[in-house]
Amino acid sequence: MSNEDIKTIISELLPNASFEEGGEWLNIGIEAADWKDAAQKLRNCETFPFNFLFCLTCVDWKTHFTMVYHLRSTTTLDNIVVKVKLDREKPEILTVSDIWRGAELFEREVYDLFGVIFLEHPDLRRLLLTDDWVGYPLRKDYEDPINMIKL
Amino acid sequence: MFSLESLTTLVQDWLTKTFPPLVALLFEFVIVGVLAIALFAALGLVLVLMERKVAAWIQIRLGPNRVGPKGIFQSAADTVKLIMKEGLTPDGADKFLFNLAPYIVMMVAMLVLAPIGFAKGFHIWDINIGVLYVSAISSVSVIGILMAGWASNNKYSLLGAMRSGAQMVSYELSVGLSVLSIIVLTGSLNINDIVLSQQNGWWIFKAHIPAIISFVIFIIAVTAETNRAPFDLSEAESELTAGFHTEYSGMKFALFFLAEYINIFIVCAIGATLFLGGWMPFHIGNWESFNHIMDYIPSFIWFFGKTFFLIFLIMWFRWTFPRLRVDQLLNLEWKYLLPISMVNLIVMTLVAIKGWHF
Amino acid sequence: MVEEIGKTAEGDLIINVGPQHPATHGVLHLVITLNGETIKKVEPHLGYIHRSIEKMCESLTYRQFIYTTSRMDYLSAHINNHACALTVEKGLGVEIPARAQVIRVLMDELTRIASHELWWGAMAMDLGAFTPFFYAFRERETINDIMEETCGARLTMNYMVPGGVMIDLHPNFQTRVKNFLKLYKQKIHEYDEVVTGNIIFQNRMKGVGYLSKEAAISYGVTGPAARGSGVSCDVRKLYPYEIYNQLDFQEVLETEGDSFARYMVRLREMNESIKIIEQLIDNIPEGDFQAKTKAVLKLPKGEFYQRVETARGELGVYIVSEGGTTPYRIKFRSPGFSNLSCLDHITRGGKIGDLIASMGTLDLVIPDIDR
Repeated sequence: MSNEDIKTIISELLPNASFEEGGEWLNIGIEAADWKDAAQKLRNCETFPFNFLFCLTCVDWKTHFTMVYHLRSTTTLDNIVVKVKLDREKPEILTVSDIWRGAELFEREVYDLFGVIFLEHPDLRRLLLTDDWVGYPLRKDYEDPINMIKL
Repeated sequence: MFSLESLTTLVQDWLTKTFPPLVALLFEFVIVGVLAIALFAALGLVLVLMERKVAAWIQIRLGPNRVGPKGIFQSAADTVKLIMKEGLTPDGADKFLFNLAPYIVMMVAMLVLAPIGFAKGFHIWDINIGVLYVSAISSVSVIGILMAGWASNNKYSLLGAMRSGAQMVSYELSVGLSVLSIIVLTGSLNINDIVLSQQNGWWIFKAHIPAIISFVIFIIAVTAETNRAPFDLSEAESELTAGFHTEYSGMKFALFFLAEYINIFIVCAIGATLFLGGWMPFHIGNWESFNHIMDYIPSFIWFFGKTFFLIFLIMWFRWTFPRLRVDQLLNLEWKYLLPISMVNLIVMTLVAIKGWHF
Repeated sequence: MVEEIGKTAEGDLIINVGPQHPATHGVLHLVITLNGETIKKVEPHLGYIHRSIEKMCESLTYRQFIYTTSRMDYLSAHINNHACALTVEKGLGVEIPARAQVIRVLMDELTRIASHELWWGAMAMDLGAFTPFFYAFRERETINDIMEETCGARLTMNYMVPGGVMIDLHPNFQTRVKNFLKLYKQKIHEYDEVVTGNIIFQNRMKGVGYLSKEAAISYGVTGPAARGSGVSCDVRKLYPYEIYNQLDFQEVLETEGDSFARYMVRLREMNESIKIIEQLIDNIPEGDFQAKTKAVLKLPKGEFYQRVETARGELGVYIVSEGGTTPYRIKFRSPGFSNLSCLDHITRGGKIGDLIASMGTLDLVIPDIDR
């Protein structure tokens, strides 16, 4: 299905969504407060149930964070990208690990490296770094004189 | 033909002529003791190297080939290394039991060497309950293993020892029943009598189908009894527990290690004696000329040849099959091997009574 | 390697497995809660080989960052580099010459076979049979020698560049690959005889570690682990890249979802890779092995995602570019990460021996997970 058709169906499903142009797949922007609801709707959509979350990450844009979710439908093979803007001072968002079970580890990694708090996550702990690490390394303002070498 | 009997009679005559009977007896004890320990050590060295070479051959590589020509001094180097290692005793371990355990296992291994006939007329103690003696004494090694597991003060050693103990006790039943099926044919527990009864052919050929089934069950059961793969769950590396001899190092570990190989030798020797004729050459019925030619090969070569063939078979198993899970292992014994061996025993009794063997 | 941490209130035992392992999985630390011999919970602790590749790549140019990925999943090094090169090419809009495409696919498929060989040997070793490891390495060494002649290295090949491949194939390449195909066809039946047909193996793997189709999709499992449960997810078929849409090969699917199904999927995949190599080895087109690109690459502002099928599953490379010479943010969606997340689900209620068998069939390579 082409991006235009997906856009029509999604705009009926999620009236508050905004769409970005340019890019291989359809980029949908959603508010943080509507995210969980929208995720449920996308997962249970009838024309294309987006049941495969294949990438969950975060990008630090110095003024705000953007959570990026890549979704895919195993029945119709469509891909979409969902972006949620988060406040940099207090990055919080509801977890989707009960909708897509694979998100559990992805969200722990994002918490570990960016500091985004996932509300209602079953087990939010650091994943890759040691438990007593201070700071969130993948943020752009992370300074570590010992481990980081500036060229 | 060359026979070790002449050597033993020579020594005995000389001793009784020179010394009073009691002193001659004491001398004979000492000589036999030294020979037993020498055999123990020599077998240990040879079997360790044989295992490594057989493993390498199956795995399409060469094995130890640096120490000495073709690697024959590798075992000596290993022994020197083990002697020089520090023997640590864990902190909360029961010191007496911890130190005693390897010696018990080693003593059992040596005691079982007694009734085995290595060559014609060449056995340490030709007791008239030979097979029963072997079966009984080898059960005592379970105590040594449990002692080692308990005294290590380590939950994983204890778990490994328990698993090992359960496995050995279960498989002893199958061993016993398959041994019994041959005793039914010979009518005597004396090892010398058993070998002599195979004068006109080995039992595995004379008592055809039931003996072959017995033999197969025997080989499987003794592989499990000696904790060898595919039943080496208690010593497995990529599973969790490292077995009852985790906490042992240095000479004590060497004793466990050697005792395992001697146990393999002994059970193969028993198998060779019962099923393949012991030191009896390969005779076919009443073909006098053929049997006469076979007799030219000395009896101890026959014995060791057969035993090492069975040892090779058991080593082959280790490098071919994967490991069984513990519940599958006990399943195999209690649900399959034991009923089959019981039925086989009944069939063999029928064969013996009716005379349906050669 | 194994120590007891403590008991929970109900009398369960908590023990560690790893991080040092006798098997070749890497530094994986599992904390297992046991009740007797039955597993109640498996918790992986990661990060022992976390090298912050994603952060490092933010200060490396587009030509440099490709080679950090060979160290991620070192068994599919070519395929990882391929993914990065494809993403950069997508951003630049470069057309890759036909010869380069064929060479890339050939290298990918050889790498896939080598990776599956090592998986097979290591898995048999985990289950207690030590001999298949040596048989597997006999074939793998042949592939490594082929790679060494052309690319210069045996493990981290660093052969792909944005635009094509770094240097042309060695003149001996075709003969060597044909000899390898002959050797492989002689020896593949050994694998079935020694391992697959062995009843002890079958009992250790059948019915163990069941993963249902819905659970596989929900956990994001890809690759042979998912195909063993009937999920059709081969990127080479669903979203073809390079010349895969012109090649004739099957996607191997099994429906049982247990360890034995995943095992059979990987064995059959090796045969499919052989088919692909056979179709290509005589038809390598002449031409350039590298498209002309600038010395310093700058991707336009935007986001680019490319996925490829590694030996373990779907690898995704997500580049966010601000128009500079270095990426603004790179995310590697590694297949092992999602495959690991289902380990807890499939081993609950089983025994410790089942955990070893399941972990073996998931084919985890820890540097891929930790990045």
